[in-house]
Amino acid sequence: MTPFTQHTGVAAPLMRSNVDTDAIIPSREMRTVSRSGLAAGLFAPWRYSDPDKRIDNPDFVMNQRPFRRASILLAGANFGCGSSREHAVWALVESGYRVIIAHSFATIFRNNAQRNGLLAIELGEEQIERLVRWISADPEARLLSVDLESCTVVHDPEQPAEVFSIDPVARDMLLNGLDEIGLTEQSLDRIDAFEAQDQIKRPWVYLERL
Amino acid sequence: MGIGRFIVATTLFDKLWQEHEVMTLSERQSLLYIDRIFLHERTGSVALDGLLERERSVRRREHAFCTMDHIVDTRPGRGDDTLMPSGRDFIVSTRHAAHETGIQLFDIADADQGIVHVISPELGIALPGLSLICPDSHTCTLGGLGALAWGVGSTEAEHALATSTLRVTRPETMRVLYTGRLAADVTAKDLILFTIRELSAGGGAGYAIEFAGPAVESLSVEARLTLCNMATELSAFTGIIAPDQKVMEYCSGRPYAPKDALWDGASRYWQSLRSDEAAVFDCERVINVSSLQPQLSWGTSPQHCIDWNATVPKLSDAHDADQAAAWERAQMYMGVKGGSPLSDYPIDAAFIGSCTNSRLSDLRAAADYLRRTGARVAKGVKALCVPGSGQVKRAAEAEGLHDVFLNAGFEWREPGCSMCFFAGGESFGDGVRVVSTTNRNFEGRQGLRVKTHIASPLTTVASACAGYLTADTPL
Repeated sequence: MTPFTQHTGVAAPLMRSNVDTDAIIPSREMRTVSRSGLAAGLFAPWRYSDPDKRIDNPDFVMNQRPFRRASILLAGANFGCGSSREHAVWALVESGYRVIIAHSFATIFRNNAQRNGLLAIELGEEQIERLVRWISADPEARLLSVDLESCTVVHDPEQPAEVFSIDPVARDMLLNGLDEIGLTEQSLDRIDAFEAQDQIKRPWVYLERL
Repeated sequence: MGIGRFIVATTLFDKLWQEHEVMTLSERQSLLYIDRIFLHERTGSVALDGLLERERSVRRREHAFCTMDHIVDTRPGRGDDTLMPSGRDFIVSTRHAAHETGIQLFDIADADQGIVHVISPELGIALPGLSLICPDSHTCTLGGLGALAWGVGSTEAEHALATSTLRVTRPETMRVLYTGRLAADVTAKDLILFTIRELSAGGGAGYAIEFAGPAVESLSVEARLTLCNMATELSAFTGIIAPDQKVMEYCSGRPYAPKDALWDGASRYWQSLRSDEAAVFDCERVINVSSLQPQLSWGTSPQHCIDWNATVPKLSDAHDADQAAAWERAQMYMGVKGGSPLSDYPIDAAFIGSCTNSRLSDLRAAADYLRRTGARVAKGVKALCVPGSGQVKRAAEAEGLHDVFLNAGFEWREPGCSMCFFAGGESFGDGVRVVSTTNRNFEGRQGLRVKTHIASPLTTVASACAGYLTADTPL
């Protein structure tokens, strides 16, 4: 996994609540058995006035000039709700997004983001409003800087940075780009020991070995 | 679990969490043992491919299962091809990966093939007290049996396959207590839609929810699966119901359920799985169901539900500007007007199926309405009934339900997810209005510009026959 330490970029405001993963990447855009080839389908229902012909909808934030090269997304509550499809995260990452700042996230989306080096930051509504207000005057020049070491989002240099909190384990994994499976494999002896005890306690759980 | 360890009274969820805890990783995170893993060809194939690419194996093959449901065609005479040309690739690659890793696959022609959350309880793969994950958000369905079951992404599924564990952040606990009795024409689907309407689509975020109270105890096991199925539409970690005698009877004799002495031990233990009387939940909600009406969605989130005979909310009724803006977008997409009754809107199609409502009791409820009223699908309405599994289909056919549906003008299909989300590239058509027993009315969920109204099987069949949205179902 790509480590995440610090990132500065253009932030696009998509200030809606309950942005679901069907909107982020619709089922019909997931055409191959692969984690890639998904960027063109990102937000297809909103981004295109005609998704089949790929005709841009000029009203959608990502089609507006400053936001075409956005790498940070700002959103409302419950971002990434709905389907568990990790394709939503893969499509965002493939499109160049490194950070999503939202009022809250659906759990599966946040877990998926975490495992793909996409930083999901929860901030209060007022904090997000401050960010949106600040960037809106000149989105191309007014970049946001996210620092995972200090857990801050720097915006207006005249103002204090917004501070966020994140689970320490999640932070460590992101900072070091750790492979979670490799990490857990270091505890295989603990898993074996758990099973040995559990087989006595809950023998019905353990089906015949294949 | 912090101070919880010193409190004697424990919630059902906390008991199951502790029981599966291999080790703690941080204050909030633990390594949990995963008893069962289920995959399907949409998101599971990616997990299996990832495992094979990195030359890892499935740690316990006997605890991992796979089905074909999400992309597979449901039209009679189906094979590996789907309307979407690349659909075949998902099916072929899943089959290959399942064979390579040696896990049990319920392939297209298998008698037990079906929707993952329909077949896992049916086969006794999901059982009370077991931890079960699947790269599918509706895995919380199995909480209806008292299982600790939740949806994950493909990468997490790969982790579970490789290590029989997952690194999980512990959610808080919520109890939704239902008081009163449900009226005869009000179903578990109406109950959960009303709950989402009350708590909001993000109202369960960060919580594992236990559904409890007399109205839940009175539900059949299949209805409990429907109730827990939509816990994910509250953004909850999962939903769960304490297993009781009905669940024991349901699980007994299932192919993968324990037998003989193992069964005795298991069922004794399962019946002890409940929240202690004095257990304290982080959040408690009480909902009285006595006056509950059948629910219908009007908008593009499952929280956009109303009593079937009420009117679509007006923007001026919104709590704040954000809600008004969301309602305006939803009403524009759905082509409905604030203040109008839903019966104003003629429908183009009706769908009975999905992991929410495709079990035998769902099909019986809809067929019973058709028999009772002698009604037929309204002219111009395309209606589909898609049983959730091979077992459901055969049981329904043995009762003659397929003839009831076919004679009324429904199509009778092979098992799979079908129209729930444009599976295999199939849709009712661009921009049409659909009444559907599914779980999501998101924009474009059932196809480009499709307007989805979610409801119970009874409301869906009544609407299909009326030609417009209604839950007028004379008993």
